[in-house]
Amino acid sequence: MSAAARERTAIPLLPLRTQAAMFVRLFAIQGSWNYELLVGNGVAFSVEPALRRLDGGVNGSAYREALARQARYFNAHPYLAAVAVGALARAELDGNAPTQIERFRTALPGPLGSVGDRLVWAGWLPFCSLLALLAFGLGAGPWATLLLFLATYNVGHIGLRAWGLRVGWRHGLRVASALGNPVLRQGPQHLARAVALLAGVAIPLALLRLIGPDRNVVGTSVLAAMLISLGLARLHGRVPGWRVAFGVLVIFALLSIAK
Amino acid sequence: MMSLIELLPLALLGGVVGMDVVTFPQAMISRPIVAASLGGALAGDPLSGLVAGATLELIALETLPVGASRYPEWGSASVVGGALFADRGGDPTHQAAALVLSVLAGVATAWIGGWSMYQLRRLNAFWAHRSSDRVQRGDRGAVMSLQLRGLTGDLVRGMLLTIAALWVTRAMLDFSLARWTVDATTSRAIVAGISGAAALAAAWTLTHVTTAARWFLIGGLALGVILVLVML
Repeated sequence: MSAAARERTAIPLLPLRTQAAMFVRLFAIQGSWNYELLVGNGVAFSVEPALRRLDGGVNGSAYREALARQARYFNAHPYLAAVAVGALARAELDGNAPTQIERFRTALPGPLGSVGDRLVWAGWLPFCSLLALLAFGLGAGPWATLLLFLATYNVGHIGLRAWGLRVGWRHGLRVASALGNPVLRQGPQHLARAVALLAGVAIPLALLRLIGPDRNVVGTSVLAAMLISLGLARLHGRVPGWRVAFGVLVIFALLSIAK
Repeated sequence: MMSLIELLPLALLGGVVGMDVVTFPQAMISRPIVAASLGGALAGDPLSGLVAGATLELIALETLPVGASRYPEWGSASVVGGALFADRGGDPTHQAAALVLSVLAGVATAWIGGWSMYQLRRLNAFWAHRSSDRVQRGDRGAVMSLQLRGLTGDLVRGMLLTIAALWVTRAMLDFSLARWTVDATTSRAIVAGISGAAALAAAWTLTHVTTAARWFLIGGLALGVILVLVML
């Protein structure tokens, strides 16, 4: 028997119902997000279906101790928290020492947060938004644009949560090695380039559709957008673009009404 | 003024997409291009909702819903913006002004929405603190209750925000539309131009640290401008 096959047979199986319950709960992992525990209670909420399999069930001391442990402070990207949930469920059911689990809970948030933020929030989400804006710019209707955005985004979103739960459960406390996956390591850089390219194509087309087919006005608006964006970029995010847009629109509206 | 019957479906939608921003299920139905189109559809004109949504999406591109940071809540806000434009953008004489004012209403609501999310997080912390003894004893009911309270609180927050914003901004929109003096072309150019600027700056901020990304942006812009010229 090969090493991979031996590893596969050594992985305990969770009943499908338990896996499904954990997976569904992952979508609400940030349900009680707060500035004290962050996503801690959500981790306990998501791991809980697996903990019921501990000796004594929901009334046993093992269950209560594990649930209390999992409800402590924890921070992670919400999608990649699935990795932690799978790994922590495995660690608790394997009977790992509480100190070992605590150390793991302390070490994991950093990598899960930074990888998730770069891959999803700064990569996949803007990529899908720009794809929808490109479709809008090319004349797509509301339902086609919505379908394109939601289907594309959620293939990545749901896939990442499912992968995270599976890989976390498979590797338990040794899950850090799985974070070396090429998609997680190289993905953000490739996505950043795709976002840059797509932004360049989609934004002028979206402006064209918003303004209408007036060559001079579209040309002036695209040029003005480029120049203003250069100014905003030089501020390095110190003044968010949405606040500048808000300020400009307020002044414009007041002038238009008062004139 | 909108009746409760008119407001209720929009409020429910505002609550659901408001939750989607953070608490459940983060499937990004809260993105402006989606939420405003849905708001527009409920108000009877999904295409107008999409137009308002695309404008808000350009402005919202830079917002990253990163953990503890404070950011605008675009979900409920986009329902407000989309519904307002769908409701008032049908009249060709006021269409461009209605777009400016609906987008403005959306951004203002997003700003207040961000504040309301912060308050909810503080309330969640208060609830967590109050039940910490039970949670530390491994009380399943306490863990579930915290989660359910947070989810319900977020739904109610989004609904109340949507109702209040629609109620206030619709009256302001009617007042402003009657007094609007700038022509439609200039109005559209201003709202599109500033939204495009915010989006381009966001694209730069998100990607400039990646090797060669700036060349992809410049190349993309060249391609985009050529496509615009072809389509004109």
